[in-house]
Amino acid sequence: MEEPTNITALHDWHVSHGAKMAAFAGYDMPINYSTGAVGEHHLTRRSVGLFDIDHMGQIEITGQGADDFVARMITAKVSDLIPPMARYSLLLDEKGGVIDDLFVYRLPDSWWIVVNASNRAADLEWFKTHAPSGVKVTDRSDDTYMIAVQGPRAIELIDKVADSPVSSIQRFCWGNIAIDGIPTLFGRTGYTGEDGGELFFPAEKALRLWEFLLQRGEALGIETKPIGLAARDSLRFEAGMPLHGHEISIEINPIEAGFKWACDFEKEFVGKEALLAIIEEGVSRKLVGIEVFGGVPREGYEVCSPDGGSIGHCVAGMFCPTVKKYAANAFVAPDFAKAGTNVSVIIRGQPRAAVVIKRPLYIPAYRR
Amino acid sequence: MAIDKNARYLESHEYARPSGEHMIFGISDHAQTELGDVVFVELPAVGKTLSKGAMFGTIESVKAASDLYAPVSGTVVEVNEAVKNDPSLVNKDCYGAGWLIKVAPSNASEFDGLLDPAAYGKAIGEE
Repeated sequence: MEEPTNITALHDWHVSHGAKMAAFAGYDMPINYSTGAVGEHHLTRRSVGLFDIDHMGQIEITGQGADDFVARMITAKVSDLIPPMARYSLLLDEKGGVIDDLFVYRLPDSWWIVVNASNRAADLEWFKTHAPSGVKVTDRSDDTYMIAVQGPRAIELIDKVADSPVSSIQRFCWGNIAIDGIPTLFGRTGYTGEDGGELFFPAEKALRLWEFLLQRGEALGIETKPIGLAARDSLRFEAGMPLHGHEISIEINPIEAGFKWACDFEKEFVGKEALLAIIEEGVSRKLVGIEVFGGVPREGYEVCSPDGGSIGHCVAGMFCPTVKKYAANAFVAPDFAKAGTNVSVIIRGQPRAAVVIKRPLYIPAYRR
Repeated sequence: MAIDKNARYLESHEYARPSGEHMIFGISDHAQTELGDVVFVELPAVGKTLSKGAMFGTIESVKAASDLYAPVSGTVVEVNEAVKNDPSLVNKDCYGAGWLIKVAPSNASEFDGLLDPAAYGKAIGEE
């Protein structure tokens, strides 16, 4: 188990509010509160969940040539990104491996890139070593705090407590607001499949804004609770969103993981040549969803064909509280990737009946 | 942490509680708290013979899977179907609605060898 070396500004709050803490990406983070992982999952799907996600990193890119640099470094189309738009993208190496996945926000004078905690240092290094003179790459993670506010009533809550409404901000766009006088960039984005947003604001205001949102939620009769990383994982899993190190990684290319849609082949980007070769050759494995009957599939479990031969491995798996299924994401041989294909998952030595299913299990709010 | 005074315990946190001529097996309040939300329970079929200390099933929480060990030897006479359909009963009421199986014990003296409530409380640091 990795040793946590970092804590967030809300660490003491989490501990004093009964959170079970554990190491994640080098941070000691809340896994669940007294509500429990399953209860927190349901709460986020019915009202408002608050997530301390300050372990996420923020990188700002500015200067002469920044537009071309960002366009070349990440896979998503950025030429049509104008303020206040934001977009999901991948960061690839030359072989097409996924260094990280990220959200890029087009700010008026810069590119604001939100990356995973576990990859923050590697991402920063990658951007810096590729940056031409004139382009400035700045780690903004320490002075920026990040809280996610997610759930069907999240927009209603922020509308009521902010100085200007966020309901007018479109999905995958951002706006500048103030909450309790705290200047906040509100991105209408998230990682749960629910509507809501992600708040970026000065790090020293973390406790004040966190407690303010909880108190105002209660006062307004909008159930608002803190949510730990266990529910964050089951929420994102149901909604079909990848977690770096599982569905995508440096060892996994976007074609086999089903992320060709996040790559703009009309432009040049690092890793494009490799991806074109992979598309030409065909993939040796594909990411699929699998429903398992009679056990909880987990990362690393083997997937077998009906005749018992190994066809791949699970990269994530769990009980999914909203759809009430035991499900996994797995990489399997392409012949077995079609929805409806019968397979088995080996759980503690026993093959358990399973079937390939369509992803995602839960249609995210922005697609409804 | 609640400890059922009528039950006796294994150090691995399973309990056995006399119920007429039978024994009810489950896991302790301490165990369900440590596990977190229980999401899956696999239990043996009625008629299965268990020996003391043998694995009789599996309980899975959000974070991990744990084997279940028989506190005493016996034959399974009833399985809690409700807990199979709603594993969260283990979290809600581990000594009541969240019981796991009912066993006809084959060696009554084994019960006396289990940890009594005071000893179990000490084992989990409750004294």
